[in-house]
Formats: sequence, structure tokens, C-alpha cells
Amino acid sequence: MNQKNKLQMKKQLIPPRYMDTNKTTFLIAKCLLLTAVFLVNFSCAVDDTQTVVNFTELTFQDEFDVDGPPDPSKWTFDIGRGPGNDGWGNQELQYYTDREENVTINNGYLIITARSESFQGASYTSARLLTKGVFEQQYGRFEARMRLPYGKGMWPAFWMLGADIDTNPWPGCGEIDIMENKGRTPTIVSGALHGPGYWGGNPEGSNPASKEYELTNDRFDTGFHIFGIEWGPQYINLYVDDVLYKQFNPEDEAVTGPWAFDQGPFFMLLNLAVGGNFDGPPNAETVFPQTMLVDYVRVYEYNEYNVQN
Amino acid sequence: MKNRKFIYLRSTLLLSFVLILFSGCDDDTWPLSREVSDEIDFAKFGNNPEVFIDGFSGGLEYLPFEGSKLDAFSVDTEVKYAGTASMRFDIPNFGDPDAELGFAGAIFPDYGGRDLSGYDALTFWAKATKAATINQIGFGSDFGDNVYRDIKDQYLVTKQNLRISTGWTKYIIPIPDPSKLVNESGMFWYAEGPENGDGYTFWIDELKFEKLGTVAQPRPAIFEGEDLEAQAFIGIQGKIPDEGLTQTLNLPSGNNETVLAAPSYFTFSSSNVEVVRVNQLGFLSPVGVGTAEITATLGGVKAKGSALLEVSGGFEFAPVPPARDPATVISIFSDAYANVLVDNYNGFFGGQTTIGGAIEIIEDVENIIVYENLNFVATSFTNPTVDASGMTFLHVDIRTEETIDPGDSIILELIDFGPDSVFGGGDDTGGGITFTSGDLESGAWISLDIPLVNFTNNTGGGLSGFANGAKTNVAQVVFASGTISSIVVDNIYFYTE
Repeated sequence: MNQKNKLQMKKQLIPPRYMDTNKTTFLIAKCLLLTAVFLVNFSCAVDDTQTVVNFTELTFQDEFDVDGPPDPSKWTFDIGRGPGNDGWGNQELQYYTDREENVTINNGYLIITARSESFQGASYTSARLLTKGVFEQQYGRFEARMRLPYGKGMWPAFWMLGADIDTNPWPGCGEIDIMENKGRTPTIVSGALHGPGYWGGNPEGSNPASKEYELTNDRFDTGFHIFGIEWGPQYINLYVDDVLYKQFNPEDEAVTGPWAFDQGPFFMLLNLAVGGNFDGPPNAETVFPQTMLVDYVRVYEYNEYNVQN
Repeated sequence: MKNRKFIYLRSTLLLSFVLILFSGCDDDTWPLSREVSDEIDFAKFGNNPEVFIDGFSGGLEYLPFEGSKLDAFSVDTEVKYAGTASMRFDIPNFGDPDAELGFAGAIFPDYGGRDLSGYDALTFWAKATKAATINQIGFGSDFGDNVYRDIKDQYLVTKQNLRISTGWTKYIIPIPDPSKLVNESGMFWYAEGPENGDGYTFWIDELKFEKLGTVAQPRPAIFEGEDLEAQAFIGIQGKIPDEGLTQTLNLPSGNNETVLAAPSYFTFSSSNVEVVRVNQLGFLSPVGVGTAEITATLGGVKAKGSALLEVSGGFEFAPVPPARDPATVISIFSDAYANVLVDNYNGFFGGQTTIGGAIEIIEDVENIIVYENLNFVATSFTNPTVDASGMTFLHVDIRTEETIDPGDSIILELIDFGPDSVFGGGDDTGGGITFTSGDLESGAWISLDIPLVNFTNNTGGGLSGFANGAKTNVAQVVFASGTISSIVVDNIYFYTE
């Protein structure tokens, strides 16, 4: 990709919601720096002749408008404690079920409920939904509007795995964590990429490429927020609401191995884990039950470069 | 009476009496709700969030508690977290002559009133000369001088046992329900005593109300979050204990913070107002036979905890003792006579399972003693001991709060500490008398008038010799039973005909 194309590509990746007119002055100064790819468009956006294009063509949508169990044409379930019965490789403490007590749609929301109860040898129950084999897509915009639970040991996540995971074992298949939250940090979420050489639990000491995002004067468990990515060849943008807080690309210093995200479609997962390696176990202060509410999940088609000239 | 808290916290078994502690609500604690005229012009209050940044904010006053170290507070320009000055608090040593009651404490009101409804927490930075625990710290105390309200400390908030360290740390005391604080004058208050007898110094800086936006997940509670069941009696009013009224909020750190919240933050309700009525301050008025559940909300959130009150009628008190010449009576516990000084109504001795003690049923009018889990228990009066040598009888009223089985018995003992007036020393005498099932009644008072010479049995502690002894240093009345666990006692006195 030549430099010109690269710039054009980045340019149209910046949807209008990222524009912050308050930053315009600051951003103009950065406009000349090609490396400040996100910032380029802030300044250029004030130019009327520029048209910013989003991924707007829906390919998957669930508004959770029908009360009852999730639509089986869109979602499947993981049941239990993982293939190794080891808490899905993370020492998570919950037993996933598809019972109404753990997952239901009510009043326009998908509700995943983590409960403290003795069940099938586990001390907690919860649910994990996924689109594996039902909906898989490479590139595009993936977003969900959610309200998170709170309390130590809560591990809500909206994430993706490479659809070839059964033949190309993790982390080779790649993992995109659109949103993860530690329940004891109600103002902070993070996004992350796992791939060969940069994955969680790596004994060689490297970590996933991750980035935190913290709300100011607000929390993730008191209202709904949009968590999403825009994903194209050689880049993944992470955003919360109207704030783009990170772009990962193969050159990112945190991506310490091969880029695992240009090799085919991924499927989505929505789950609320309890305990595990991310935030540790619940403590006496953790309140049960806890709920993760999802207002919608929407996926948009990647529309090539959409260059407007 | 100091037993109230103990009773609440330790014994939900004392069902008959748990809630029934006070009565005679003063008029000023029963504020009437009045319709607001359309023409009323509400005063507009300022909303200055600053309490003490580098000095007193406008209108702020310093009013130390009576009996506290009055000069404990000063403005310190040497030690500060930010700016030019901080608040310095010098906690006295034990025995400090300048601290009559051995503590430091003060309120910092602004009697001009402030609208704090736009904030969600009081915040400050603090550090101390050593790691310590501040007993009470919060806001909402006004000494009853808020001119806009009838109720003292109406929106008092207390953080108990705030841990403080030697490094500057930011603390957050959440507001239980900011919408209540439209005309608040209590900006800050604290009370703290020595740590293990030693005084120390702590500093507070950047003291202000803030809208953090990150104080969330309210979990109010009444009755410490417990679901109680209790009996109540028509005409005997009680009160939901303030010590069990809390609001818990999750802070941006992810930690929960629990504060005591005054009753006025809550909206109390009774499931059956024809049985028990509850007012805005948590006073309970049983008015009819039946059951009623007392619950509450705070800021629209249902509080954890409840009380299911069963009202079967009025409370039956022990028979009122006859009028007697004061020279012929030595009263230990009675509302009919002047009582001697009593150390306690339950010494909590080793090996003892008995809980309970004296309870005020109607303020200044009716007191009773309630014992639960009885094995043995003593009422002690050793300062000084009693000279009962001129007396001939011991009177006691006892009501057994359980069914009487054929093998049941209750033992009464009297202990005399002898010439040395202290326990032990080889000069103690004691004697007991046993009342068996035929003497007792279930759920009804029996009045016992026992000749002192009948206390002839050896005591459980191995003492003898009381019946024919001098009886000049009587120090304890003991109740014991191996079979009965629940009794109510009243009118313990010596007399002579």
C-alpha cells in the first residue's frame, strides 16, 4: 500500500462521532504528521469538501426486542466449564448454562445474569452466547450497546475469535477483545488483541496487545455505553461511545507476533464470567446476582476503502 | 440505660422487646406534614461546594462538642496537601485535663444553608501522624440550629471507623440521597478519641462536596439488613434503631462504602397501619391487634431488612408494689421505689450463657429485666454493698416466657461479700432457694416474697451461711436454671414488715 492510499484509507475510517470540535485547534497542528493517523481527519473533517464514510451496511443485527430466550438463528451457547473443565482456560468459576435464570431477553434487553449458587460442582452460574457457525465475518464494524455489572470478580466481555479455531488453535486463530471489564474497576474497560506471541498467560512473558479506556465522572455499570471496533486489513480501531481510544496495526509495538487478523472471518461472543485470571475471584463485598444488559449487537459490512475521490 | 445497643445487636431473640424501647415522643419529633401554600416563596440557597480549601468557606463556623478538647482544631499553614493551609486536629491523650470527656470533636456548620443536592459526596485529603481510626466523621450535624428545619441533625451522615494513614490519601464519604440536601447546614463533623490511650494529630485538606458521577449502586439497609420478627404491644411505642440505618454505595475505586444515614433519608412504611404506624423518623406506634411488616426505601431503592411485628394486645406489667415506708425497703430494681446504685444487671461471667439485662419499656416509667439463654446471671450492687441486716424478705416478680414442664425449676441466690466488701477473701456467704414447676407460671407474673432465712441451700458457686449470716454486705442477686432459658424479672427489693 502506498502512502497515498494509506492516508486515504485512514481518512475514511474516522466516523463523524469521533469528531470533537473542541480539539480542532490542537489537531490542526498535528495534521501534517502522517503518523497521527486518527488526528488527520479531525482537522480535515472541518473541511466541507471532505466526506467521511462509515461502515453502515448492516450484516447482523439483534435488537433483543422479543422476550424469551435468545434467537437460535443468531446465537448458540457454550455450556459448562470449558472443554478441559478448567474454567475455559482461565480458572473461571462459573458454570455456563442456557437457563432462563442465566440468560433471557426482557423488555428489549438481553440479560445475562451471574448467580451465586451451587450448580454442577461450580459455585456460580452465568451464560455465554456466541455466533460460531451462525454468523462469521471478516472485517467490518462490530458494536454492542451494553450496561455492565459491578463488583470484584465480575468479568463481562464482548469479544471475537477466529472462526478457524478448531483447525488453527488459539492463539493462532486470533482473538479480538472488543470490551472486557474488571468488576472492581467500574470506570475502566479495555480492548485487546491476542495472537501468536502476544496472548494472555504466555509463559514467555509477552502479553496481549491491550489498551484501557477510563470514563470521566461516569461508570460502566450505571448506564449504557457502546463498545465497538472497526476492523479492516492491517488495522483494528477500538472505540467506546464516541471516543476512538486505540488503533492497533501490525506495526504496534504491543503486537509482538504475526498479525492474526487478516486470515478469515471471526465470530462474536458475549459472556459474563465470574472469577478467573483477569480480575480474580469475587470477595465478600461482591453482590449477587449481577446482570449484564445488552441493548443491541450490530455488525456492519466492511466497505473497502470507500475512497470518495 | 446503656443496654439498648447490646440488645439490638446481639439478640434478636429478645423478640418481645427488641423494638419497644421508647415512648412519649415529644411533639418536636413528630413533625406534622403541612400543605405548602402556592404563594410560598422558597428561599434559594447557595450551592458553594467548598468547605475548607485553604481557609473557612463563607459562612462556615467551628463549634466543638461540649466536653471535648475545645482547641483540638486549628488551621495549619505548615502541613497541607495543597494550597496554603489545612485543617489540623490534635486528638488528646487519655487523661488530658483540657478534654473533660476525653475526646476531640466538633461540627462545622454553615447556618446560612447550602443546596448540596447537585453533589454526590463529601471528599477530602487526609493524613495523620500515625495510622489511626477516626471514630466518627461525616456531615449533616447542626446542633439543632438549622433555622429551616424542625428536626435536629435531620440528614446526619456518619462514617464510622475511618482508617487513616501517614500518607495523604483522598477519602470519599458518599451522600445517601443528594436530593434531600436542599438546605443543609451541616458541612462537616467528627469525633475522635485517643488511640490506645495516646493522642495524635491528623490533617484534612481540600474538604469539599463534589459531583463525582462515579458513586453508584446504592444498597440501603434498615435493622442492619436483617429481617426481624418481634412482638409489640398496643400503646408502647418503639423506634427503628438509628444504628441499623445505613446506605452503601460503590465508589469509583470499586470499593463499597457504608455510612450511617439519618432516618429522614428513608421512607418507612407499614404493611398494615391499623396494626402499627411508623412515622418519618422511624417511631413505631402499635395501635391494633394483628401483624404488620415494617420496610423502607431510600431514594426509591428498597432497603434490605424488615421487621415483622406481631401485636397481640397491651403489655402486662408486674403488679405494682405496695407503698412502703422508705426505711423498710432497700430496692435493687423497681419503678416503685428509689433504687440503690447497681453495677449491672448482667455481669457476663465466664461460663455464663445468659444474655440480656435491664430494658426501659416506657421511658422513666417502666423498666424490666429480660434474660435469655439463662443458665446463671447476677445483678451486682457492690459500690457500695447493701446492708440488709434490718430486712426480712426479698421480693421478686418473675414471668417465665416459655411453657413450664414438670422438671423445671428456677434458683434464686443471694451473695454477701462479707466484711471486706469484695468478692472472695474467705469471708463471703451465700444461700439459695429453688422454685419448682408448681411455683412457676408460663406467660404470667408470679410474685415471690421470700424470707431471707429461707436462702439456706448452698449456692452454685459453693457458698453457704447466708441465711444465718450478718447480711451486712449483700452484693448480688443471682438467677439460675438448668431447664428454663427465658424469663422476665421486675421489682427486686428487700423489705421488712
